Amino acid sequence: MSGAELTCQELVELVTAYLEGALAPSERLRFEHHLAGCAGCTAYLAQMRQTIALLGTLSAHDIDPEAEQALLVHFRNWNRQ
Amino acid sequence: MSMHEPRDVALGMAAQDADRALVARLQRGDEAAFREVVARYHMALLRMARMYVATQQAAEDVVGETWLGVVQGIERFEGRSSLKTWLFRILMNRARTRAVREGRNIPFSALASNDDDDEPSVAAERFIASGPDAGHWSSLPRAWDDIPEERLLALETRARIQEALDALPVNQRSVLTLRDIEGFSSAEVCNMLDISETNQRVLLHRARARVRQALEAWLNEREDA
Repeated sequence: MSGAELTCQELVELVTAYLEGALAPSERLRFEHHLAGCAGCTAYLAQMRQTIALLGTLSAHDIDPEAEQALLVHFRNWNRQ
Repeated sequence: MSMHEPRDVALGMAAQDADRALVARLQRGDEAAFREVVARYHMALLRMARMYVATQQAAEDVVGETWLGVVQGIERFEGRSSLKTWLFRILMNRARTRAVREGRNIPFSALASNDDDDEPSVAAERFIASGPDAGHWSSLPRAWDDIPEERLLALETRARIQEALDALPVNQRSVLTLRDIEGFSSAEVCNMLDISETNQRVLLHRARARVRQALEAWLNEREDA
């Protein structure tokens, strides 16, 4: 293996930079070149994408009706000022 | 209060129009519009505030002050950023003020530093240590494609994600929450937290890597059972 090639251990540290489009063009090529021949890193990248997607499903609960009522009372007062 | 409004390039035209309509209604003092933004953002603001102040009550106060700031400031809001970005910026300002008053300025100084955490994204023992294949996977990550969606989206899985999130240092947790849960762009997050692009990326990377690790441990455990 040539010294210019990424190892898997190096690649996993570049995943966010890759997804953010922050890699230099030559680094991006090295990243994609490694990925094309490595099932482990392909699976890892897919896991990261799934992790991000799952984080997106952690939506907040609904506001408590009492808290909402209290805020509306404030709202009416603030508007009167 | 004059608040710099970063531009939201990513915000689509339809979303921009909807935003503008909502802002116009808020500026007229429309209570239904206020109720709408409260329903949409109150809990998200509360979650964010809670990271910076000592108690749930303090977080609620900070969010209350934020809503007051919104009502008072909406007239001068020019729509150069999305309403959501503006809201979160007001919140961060209020939370900062409160944290300083509480003598808790740790989160903000910690935002500037990455030295607290040098852990690799994946444990070193997952890679071959020496020989011609050094640095390559010794145990491959498995694809999650074959895991049924209902398991991935199960309450228990989400509880594991939440646990991993709660265990993160506050700087990582802030960035991850704003980026991957609230859906802000990196430029918006840098602006809200006053950190550089590089710093933001490093924090995001570490945070995502930890959550992935927790998910992997959980999903593999289920698989082996």
